[in-house]
Amino acid sequence: MATKAFQRTYTQLQAITKATVTLNARDVSNDELATVGGKLAQVVKTKGDSVTLQVFSGTEGIPTNAEVSFHGAPPTLRVSDQLSGRFFNAYGQPIDGGPEIEGEEREVGGPSVNPYKRRQPSELIPTGIAGIDLNNTLVSGQKIPFFADPDQPYNKVMADVALRADVDKIILGGMGLTNDDYLFFRHEFESAGALDKIVSFVNTTEEPPVERLLIPDMALCAAEYFAVDKNEKVLVLLTDMTLYADALSIVSNRMDQIPSKDSMPGSLYSDLAKIYEKAVQLPDGGSITIIAVTTLNDGDITHAIPDNTGYITEGQLFLRADPDTGKVIVDPFRSLSRLKQLVQGKKTREDHSQIMNAGVRLYADAQNAKTKLENGFDLSDYDLRCLDYAKEYATRILSIDVNITIDQMLDTAWEIFAKYFSPAETGIKQALVDKYWKKA
Amino acid sequence: MSTKGKVTGIVSNLVTVAVDGPVAENELCYISVGSEKLLAEVIKVNGEKASVQVFESTRGLKNGNDVEFLGKMLEVTLGPGLLSGIYDGLQNNLQTMTGVFLKRGEYTDPLDRKALWAFTPLAKPGDRVVAADWLGEVKEGWLPHKIMVPFAFQGEYTVKSVAPAGEYTVDQTVAVLTGPDGEDVNVTMTQRWPVKVAVRAYREKPRPTRIMETGVRCIDTFNPIAEGGTGFIPGPFGCGKTVLQHAIAKQGDADVIVMAACGERANEVVEIFTEFPELVDPHTGRKLMERTTIICNTSNMPVAAREASVYTAMTICEYYRAMGLKCLLLADSTSRWAQALREMSNRMEELPGQDAFPVDLSAIISNFYARAGQVVLNNGQTGAVTFIGTVSPAGGNLKEPVTESTKKAARCFYALEQSRADQKRYPAVNPIDSYSKYLEYPEIKEYLDTTIQPGWTEKVLRAKNYVRRGREMADQINILGDDGVPMSYHEAFWKSELIDFAFLQQDAFDAIDALCPLERQKFMLDLILALCDRPFEFENFDECRVYFKDMINTLRQMNYTKFQSAEFKEYEQQLRKHLA
Repeated sequence: MATKAFQRTYTQLQAITKATVTLNARDVSNDELATVGGKLAQVVKTKGDSVTLQVFSGTEGIPTNAEVSFHGAPPTLRVSDQLSGRFFNAYGQPIDGGPEIEGEEREVGGPSVNPYKRRQPSELIPTGIAGIDLNNTLVSGQKIPFFADPDQPYNKVMADVALRADVDKIILGGMGLTNDDYLFFRHEFESAGALDKIVSFVNTTEEPPVERLLIPDMALCAAEYFAVDKNEKVLVLLTDMTLYADALSIVSNRMDQIPSKDSMPGSLYSDLAKIYEKAVQLPDGGSITIIAVTTLNDGDITHAIPDNTGYITEGQLFLRADPDTGKVIVDPFRSLSRLKQLVQGKKTREDHSQIMNAGVRLYADAQNAKTKLENGFDLSDYDLRCLDYAKEYATRILSIDVNITIDQMLDTAWEIFAKYFSPAETGIKQALVDKYWKKA
Repeated sequence: MSTKGKVTGIVSNLVTVAVDGPVAENELCYISVGSEKLLAEVIKVNGEKASVQVFESTRGLKNGNDVEFLGKMLEVTLGPGLLSGIYDGLQNNLQTMTGVFLKRGEYTDPLDRKALWAFTPLAKPGDRVVAADWLGEVKEGWLPHKIMVPFAFQGEYTVKSVAPAGEYTVDQTVAVLTGPDGEDVNVTMTQRWPVKVAVRAYREKPRPTRIMETGVRCIDTFNPIAEGGTGFIPGPFGCGKTVLQHAIAKQGDADVIVMAACGERANEVVEIFTEFPELVDPHTGRKLMERTTIICNTSNMPVAAREASVYTAMTICEYYRAMGLKCLLLADSTSRWAQALREMSNRMEELPGQDAFPVDLSAIISNFYARAGQVVLNNGQTGAVTFIGTVSPAGGNLKEPVTESTKKAARCFYALEQSRADQKRYPAVNPIDSYSKYLEYPEIKEYLDTTIQPGWTEKVLRAKNYVRRGREMADQINILGDDGVPMSYHEAFWKSELIDFAFLQQDAFDAIDALCPLERQKFMLDLILALCDRPFEFENFDECRVYFKDMINTLRQMNYTKFQSAEFKEYEQQLRKHLA
């Protein structure tokens, strides 16, 4: 972000809070960047001659006579093919010791795609994880978060998904990553030999929280360059959106805004939607798919962050530990891919949706049997078979450590059904049973 | 001389303007940023300061920028060619915009000014007419689109001349009227109307007298919505709100459907304009898109225009209602609209109500729902606007301001339930908590008695009762165990399961099951009630379970077969054996 030659400089701050400073200045435009005492800031409010700036790295150590200079433009990113394989901070500056990027300077957080110019997503993204591919199939142009408690291995799953997905570019937007997680991603990408198709924008926990607010816009600006200009299939990974929302609430709080539910700003829905809606299938073949992480507090999806996210995204992948098998599974009840019917049975085998429904229904029967068992009631023969089925189903299908093709997943499911049930008990269409049932 | 002003303050899309003359509440203005002009609306005036909400991103806006007031409120353009249109919340035509990205300050004409319409006169010179009276007619697709005396005309006019039958563009004069003051006015095929003002150019608004068929069993039979009625669908995410709304849009018995995608996912709109041109309207056999207008202000489009979008949609419905047509307005979701109100109220630093929503939220929602309804036009014909809105309650908790305010305003309530959705019992409409006030209307009861069969409402109540009792018994069985309750409990439970699985659940993705006409609904309800009414003798609960599961399976297979086909009748015979 080069500073312009003719800068206006001020040295008298009127007010300072932890995240904002206010001063008198003229000819300032909304959203433009400024440097306050050497720190980057953005205009968030003007009232007469009084201008309020949000200082991304916090206002610690900024004196009232700090030098303030305005850049005359909102945040930008230089885009070109040189982005590939590089690591950047929240301002789009390299953090991997490499050279600055040369290329066209673009404003981040730009306009939305005209809904009429969108195309219906229709390309399957295989991940090898049966809990996703079989029950919650992902489609290019989709936006979907992992809902997981902080102790779940969501970053590992996301890295697996990214590296297995057949895409041209992967863009990582890391918000509040621990240094260990940052190094984990770096190591995973390097050891997979995929570094040249990955661009990373990272804000770690060591850096100020408000800086995180720039990460999604930076990542998506790069994504739009590759998807729109280069017609590439781009996968954007955003982790962790809960920390992003927390940063939003810090800023709105410092600006004396009235909080709504869970002390989040009233505009949380629009703020999140602006990010997630960048997911798109473009008419010329390019696409942006967003996979995000929203960490939960003890599985509570009614909290404002997961709740608003759920209303915006096209489903969610819910990770939880399964006490019966000791595995981390993709919960088949709380997970959902809203776009799955666009590819199931169309890009995959004809029995896909029936297998998915039967598998989940029988797993639900097993949950009922488990409740009966816990309440001390007698179990029927069917209940007992369901319980055994559930264990095998969780291990071989739902567990996140599965890595097989979709045809293998379907065959595995038929095999497990035949082991524990009669065709009638699965409720699958007769024609499919005749064709695929694994006879003992 | 129009009022001018200068920008003096900016917080996100709330801009304060110092004005040099009179301004009105809700008046529009243009704010200049470089070569672009951003549309904004006055929402508060304080002395010489007007607060305006900008319908676009305010990035790059500066204090001191010029503002020009337009002396009018936000209006829509009405005329032939609105059907099949895809507009944003301010009625810009999204189809004629160039570029993949929306461009700030790009405003496109909602109507095709060059298209020719075959006009047939209906009025003749000397006729005395008032606002909304029909002067002529053009064919918009297959719909008779009436050219009316503009809604804004006050008092009685005399027709001086009407253009002869022929082809005209929307801007050509098709009639000359002489006003009460003796002045002649030219009338074209288009007119403009402020969206926030209800169109009242009709004789009266009677109580609704008939139901609007949707082909969805849990609505039509259990809780029917009246033509000209209002209803709402609250539910947590993932419960099938959108699927249910799309089902109603595809199958609803209406001449015109306006879908307002208000702050929702863009891909859902893509689904509509990708699929609707292919799908066939079951009532007319025409393509669905021909009767559909989409107002699309998705969640990433500017917030202020989101608020406008529902009003734009309602005004278009009112326009077609004045032609004597049945219109259906579907808004997804009204919560996003309420949130847009909240964001503005917050920026204006108003004292907040519950959950930081503005205190007049309830009044705003009631006012909006009140614009729906069946009307008797000046010429005695009727038209209707039926309105169904979805609500997205935070955390799925129905005790929140938008749900509660809507409950006061809407007459039908379709509660989507997480637990039903988890069990894949779709549509996940809770049969007990949901209600339709219309079932209590004597007019509607009489209508159902004559069109479906005498005593229909009683039958529906009996079916509801079976479901309610079954639910109570299920609780008992869960507490006391299968062996701890009498056989009659199991029977009652399985009867409710029978009604649930065979009648309330419906496969929206199956070509046949998705649409269940009233005649078929009557047939199925009669059959299912007969199966439930007969006395049972079971040895044990396992026998009871197997017996009912078998019947459920047969009934579900029946739902998947064509009504009264050989296959259908075969399943029916199997079931009739139980009744012998």
